Amino acid sequence: MKSMFKALALTALVAVAPLASATVAQAEGEKYILVSHAPDSDSWWNTIKNGVALAGEQMGVEVEYRNPPTGDLGDMARIIDQAAASGPNGIITTLADYDVLSGPIRAAVDQGINVIIINSGSAEQAREVGAMMFVGQPEYDAGYAAGLRAKGDGVESFVCVNHVISNAAVAERCRGFADGLGIDLGESMIDVGQDPAEIKNRVMAYLSANPDVDAIITLGPTSADPTILALEENGMAGEIYFGTFDLGTEIVNAIKSGVIEWGIDQQPFLQAYLPVVIMTNYDRYGVLPGNNINSGPGFVTKDGLEMVEKYAGEYR
Amino acid sequence: MSDPVQSGSDDERVKSTSPLRKALLRPELGAIFGTMVVFAMFALLASDSGMFSAAGILNWSTVSAQFAIIAVGACLLMIAGEFDLSIGSMIGFAGMSIALLAVTFGWPMWAAILVTFGVCLAIGALNGFIVVKTGLPSFIVTLALLFILRGFTIFVPQTLERKTIIGGIREAAEGDWVASLFGGKILQPLFSWMGDNGWIEVYDRGINAGKPIVDGIPALVVWALVLIVFAHVLLTRTRFGNWIFASGGDARAASYVGVPVNRVKILMFVFTAFCATVLATCQVMEFGSAGADRGVLKEFEAIISVVIGGALLTGGYGSIIGAGLGALIFGVVQQGLFFAGVESSLFRVFLGLILLLAVVLNTYIRRLITGER
Repeated sequence: MKSMFKALALTALVAVAPLASATVAQAEGEKYILVSHAPDSDSWWNTIKNGVALAGEQMGVEVEYRNPPTGDLGDMARIIDQAAASGPNGIITTLADYDVLSGPIRAAVDQGINVIIINSGSAEQAREVGAMMFVGQPEYDAGYAAGLRAKGDGVESFVCVNHVISNAAVAERCRGFADGLGIDLGESMIDVGQDPAEIKNRVMAYLSANPDVDAIITLGPTSADPTILALEENGMAGEIYFGTFDLGTEIVNAIKSGVIEWGIDQQPFLQAYLPVVIMTNYDRYGVLPGNNINSGPGFVTKDGLEMVEKYAGEYR
Repeated sequence: MSDPVQSGSDDERVKSTSPLRKALLRPELGAIFGTMVVFAMFALLASDSGMFSAAGILNWSTVSAQFAIIAVGACLLMIAGEFDLSIGSMIGFAGMSIALLAVTFGWPMWAAILVTFGVCLAIGALNGFIVVKTGLPSFIVTLALLFILRGFTIFVPQTLERKTIIGGIREAAEGDWVASLFGGKILQPLFSWMGDNGWIEVYDRGINAGKPIVDGIPALVVWALVLIVFAHVLLTRTRFGNWIFASGGDARAASYVGVPVNRVKILMFVFTAFCATVLATCQVMEFGSAGADRGVLKEFEAIISVVIGGALLTGGYGSIIGAGLGALIFGVVQQGLFFAGVESSLFRVFLGLILLLAVVLNTYIRRLITGER
């Protein structure tokens, strides 16, 4: 029996030691928690993490980033509940599914916690859940603008490579693009999953089955990077009209080499950085901008790549 | 455990054991210790973070209840010597089925729920039937089902509705008593009374101002407790429970002595599907929508809870109380790490470490007590 308790005590110590050192030292300032809907595997959100960390550093406040490891929105709802229960000054969260997340967000607002919605959702939805504002890129409008641009470049048909098929907001980009082109979305959206090798092979398979497609639209680095590889492999790189949403290191290189026509940057950095700054100033001085903030769309083409290149994948 | 014919004290062939030792000879002992250790740990680390406020307690209890519901099914199935890797996909599939029937086809909610239960139990039976008939490892068969179900869960709503998240379930469930079994809350008067007395936190603004933040115990938690009690009684107090142990311990020997091994196994697959469907129904009622990616990896969460609870992966040994405590440990650790403010990218490292420690501790304690190697 004695040895058992000894073992127990030791185990407890071993378990606690790394935890204790990993907990953030309690800063003097306010505390804000950013909750995203991204699974761990999505590299795009690294920019959000960096943006929120930088803002925390500059404003002298404590910031935390939280996400559901598998991207399960049910888990995300629990994380918002948890964030509210830990009593921060503010919660910055995405609104990937209004039905699932509106309850927990409203409960946080009613507990006296300020909320800013970023990235997913809309200005109307942000108002409905009682958030202070919405910081993001209206997805449909961004897609529509891109569609108009492509139409001007003579595009008549396209395929939309969707790696987050369950995110309705992101699918709006393809719908907007189709409407901008003036064609029906129909069967042109393909579900490719999150695995790079699978994405690459599905794009190649689609292109060999539909050789007369004019354009490819990808919805982020997760689907763009493997698509670039697929085009290099089947010799269509630079031939086919290729536009993408969101930026990453590979995407910037491809814009430079002419494989990608344009990238639409929704400037995630601003989505993470601005809410922290806005909330801190609101908590300290009671000042608040009077409107929602559109962080995008911004078209990134060959001209003016220098800054983008320097910070691609980090702050851009 | 059958009683020996003679009492042990005057028979030199029977080793005498002290009553204390007898009381400790239980599969869930490790989980009981683990629970104490975990609570002690978070009491030290996260005591002032709101983790033990009413809202905090509700938060980790709800997460633990989610794990517990599927762990109960997985536990009985594992004791019967089989695995089900399609639990997570089944959760997504069942939720989507309810949403499509109720919202897209406009069925009354009770019908949508009952038909979904019927379909999912049939799929569970199919799982069991294929395993029993082909003799293939259930690991492989249910892995196939994992992909098949997930595929349908994405394909069908996309074909019918052009989206993968179907909302509007809350409106469709309005005033439906079957739906309230899964999405309701109990003991609400008690909680508002506690709120009025200032024992638990209340909202301080908005339409709910003055109402308690925790306004009742969600049906999810009630289901978890009901399933644990039901399964525990089934396993330890009935003949069928002995059959479950026997089927998993040594299927051949069990069938020689007349245990209907195949029927037991198929029924356990059905029960596992039932548990997954219960969780799915609670989820769609609470969140008001079904998504094609709900329940990803939940099967492993169930299996981990069961193993922390002292069950053996090889079947024939385990306990429902243990699985319930395993789910509690998992839920408390997962949410507690958030409360303790652990860096999000290291979160899984700690989760994995603590789970590993729990299992190691468990095995160590079991060997210490039972004397097995």
